[in-house]
Amino acid sequence: MSPRDVFVLGGNRIPFARSGSKYLKASNQDMLTAAIDGLVARHHLQGERLGEVAAGAVIKHARDFNLTREAVLGSHLAPTTPAYDVQQACGTGLEATVLVANKIALGQIDSAIAGGSDTTSDAPLAVNDDLRKTLLKANYAKTPRQRISALLKIRPSQLAPEQPKNGEPRTGLSMGDHMAITAKAWGVTREAQDELTVASHQHLAAAYDRGFFDDLVTPYLGVTRDQNLRPESSVEKLSTLKPVFGKGDAATMTAGNSTPLTDGASAVLLGSRDWAQQHELTPLARFVDAETAAVDYVFGDEGLLMAPPYAIARLLQRNGLTLQDFDFYEIHEAFASTVLCHLAAMEDPAFCKERLGLDEPLGSIDRTKLNVAGSSLAAGHPFAATGGRIVATLAKLLHEKGSGRGLISICAAGGLGVVAILEASE
Amino acid sequence: MSDTLTTLVNQGIGKKIAVQLGLPRPTILRRYEPGQVLVDGRVAVGGIGQGPNVAAVQEILGEAGISHVEATPDTSYADKPAAVVFDASGARTLDELEQLRATLGPALKALGKNGRLVVLGTTPAEVHDAEGAATQQALEGITRSLGKEMRAGGTANLLWVAPEAHGDRGVLDAPLRFLLSSRSAYVSGQPIRVLEAPVQPAADPHAPLDGQVAVITGAARGIGAQIARVFARAGADVIAVDIPAAGDSLAAVANEIGGTALQLDVTAADAGERIAAAVSRLSGHLDVIVHNAGITRDKLFVNTDEARWGSVLDVNLRSQFRMNKVLLDPSTTGGLRDGGRIISVASISGIGGNRGQSNYAASKAGVIGLVRELSQELADRHITVNAVAPGFIETEMTARIPIATREVGRRLNSLLQGGQPVDVAEAIAFFAEPGAAGVTGQVLRVCGQSQLGA
Repeated sequence: MSPRDVFVLGGNRIPFARSGSKYLKASNQDMLTAAIDGLVARHHLQGERLGEVAAGAVIKHARDFNLTREAVLGSHLAPTTPAYDVQQACGTGLEATVLVANKIALGQIDSAIAGGSDTTSDAPLAVNDDLRKTLLKANYAKTPRQRISALLKIRPSQLAPEQPKNGEPRTGLSMGDHMAITAKAWGVTREAQDELTVASHQHLAAAYDRGFFDDLVTPYLGVTRDQNLRPESSVEKLSTLKPVFGKGDAATMTAGNSTPLTDGASAVLLGSRDWAQQHELTPLARFVDAETAAVDYVFGDEGLLMAPPYAIARLLQRNGLTLQDFDFYEIHEAFASTVLCHLAAMEDPAFCKERLGLDEPLGSIDRTKLNVAGSSLAAGHPFAATGGRIVATLAKLLHEKGSGRGLISICAAGGLGVVAILEASE
Repeated sequence: MSDTLTTLVNQGIGKKIAVQLGLPRPTILRRYEPGQVLVDGRVAVGGIGQGPNVAAVQEILGEAGISHVEATPDTSYADKPAAVVFDASGARTLDELEQLRATLGPALKALGKNGRLVVLGTTPAEVHDAEGAATQQALEGITRSLGKEMRAGGTANLLWVAPEAHGDRGVLDAPLRFLLSSRSAYVSGQPIRVLEAPVQPAADPHAPLDGQVAVITGAARGIGAQIARVFARAGADVIAVDIPAAGDSLAAVANEIGGTALQLDVTAADAGERIAAAVSRLSGHLDVIVHNAGITRDKLFVNTDEARWGSVLDVNLRSQFRMNKVLLDPSTTGGLRDGGRIISVASISGIGGNRGQSNYAASKAGVIGLVRELSQELADRHITVNAVAPGFIETEMTARIPIATREVGRRLNSLLQGGQPVDVAEAIAFFAEPGAAGVTGQVLRVCGQSQLGA
């Protein structure tokens, strides 16, 4: 049996909120459930048994071991809809989409929701590792005497919780510090980063104003638009911000041209053509293909967030396409410099030859086709929710245009990069 | 949203105290539940002379499984009748009204709790002699007065039937059943005109909107959410529309009733097209549109600026013209079908005016004008156009009115209480029923016979 066409049929997310703000009391499960329920309401899926729901969270409590299934059970989908969790850092949402799209293509399922949720407002705090070991020892003690002697080893210093780390486990550097190294290596300027940031805010604001998100976003807890959005943002204003990552002339990355910690959730509906027809749903875009790459940022000399160009090169080759064959480019803005490094690398003959093994560089893109409805710098970036946001946005852009092709690129911690191609459905 | 007085005076010690103090004691009104019997008891049926509608009334009652007793001046009512139906449509002389007085007196005395009086008459404009027209017009004065005299949750209403529709069970069925049922709990002292029309009776009277697609604007909360629920209960596929900022409540309503949420500002230039597109996903055509979306921007007239004036007129009235234009275009896929229904929400503010609401009253009075004219324009296509005019309804909005003003609004009506959102929804669902094909161009007040704007 040859693979079937897979279509993006709709999307929904809650507005993204600044960490520690409006969604302080919302858990990942609450937010994911809200995102799914909004999708259900919009597409009349109450009581529907979908093929499966795949979603995840990057910052996750141990109690959320079955996050997605619990969200499904709390939603208006049929409780007989299977679900599982996916976790691939910031690639989670897109990777979940790839997984369910492949199952639909193979005919194993006809419909699915892919999504993700993240909150740094409700982040798990772990017990100090010394205390944890002591408590485990006491738990496994065979006699009361052993238990008491184990518990007597608790010291006040152990009561401080384990600090959540925002760093790469193998390098100890934060993601921003990693990015600052790469940005310096590629000579990305502060001005270029600020310009990209302003464009993101302006594009997102314009998209909201023209009603683009009317059928992609459902308000949540009183938030109706992404809280991070600054429509009045300007290069002048951004230029006053102090750098927060990098040192010396590498210090070009500010709180403005880096994504802030954000809370939110997203969900995307996918299905086969037949399923879409049976459910009176309009295919927005065909999910064409996807590729995930990883780079050696630990021992090798590649930048932490530089995997996407590798993935893009392989994906283009497999599909017989060039980088210029696209009408929309959705490149996740982890940092403004990330996007600019990717673009610079793909234009660079040496990088493309030595790193990607290409005779010709991938070349430049038409920047007017980049993130035309805004991206993470403006919307914010609740890690696992970003993939769903981008897939739904691109699918709708392609549907509006009625033709063409779009490229999605998302970098992730651990030197990962997930990329995908969507095409307008005819 | 709770009416403490009504709860208090209907139980235990509160009831005793209220009786001794002579406090007003609003009755807890009977309201519709699925499968509910039309009326709780027998119906007394009478008329003047050979009432041309009596046979049809008896058939309708029989079909609903309700037995009737003949109402005459000499009838002694052993048990309390649940309702009285009196056909005065043949009356052409003032003398004949004596028979009405003599017959209705003992019947109304015997009437039970939440009783119903439905008087049938002939539309006065269709009676072409002066005394006849006067006699028929008198029926309105009588029913309005009896509405004020009814006790214990009772209502009195008038069906003015066009001469061609006399005895036509098809067009009489739905209006009569609505006025007898608990669905009209908060409708009293109102005339409804019934015209001749082709009627395709509903297959299932408990789900009269089965298989129909209905669009309801302003459906995220309050009255709109309740309209969505009642339409879903009646079997309709509901597309619930509200502004994007209300999307979370809208999604909750859509998920509760198994409908579709459409986040849309009704004032958007392409609102009609987007509604039609949503409809076309479910069906080739739209059966019912309920224009419920509305806003208030209250200020004394002299302090009302252009923005407050314009936004209220735009949301509450102008948007309806824009959407109707698209939906009534026969070339629109997902547009309103011939025989479809347009129902708008007016307000008693639009009838009687309201201090600080000149903009709102303008929009709601405008709705009434729209409905009256458009109903005539669309008569050829058998599309009916009607409005409901809610009085004081217990919603989040009226809960914010200062208590003194709220109590006045709440008690100044024949039922001594505010209505519930469901009461408005039931009236709208009635207009949408296939059986209401003979009712068009009308404004039905759902106000408990409020003194305001009367």
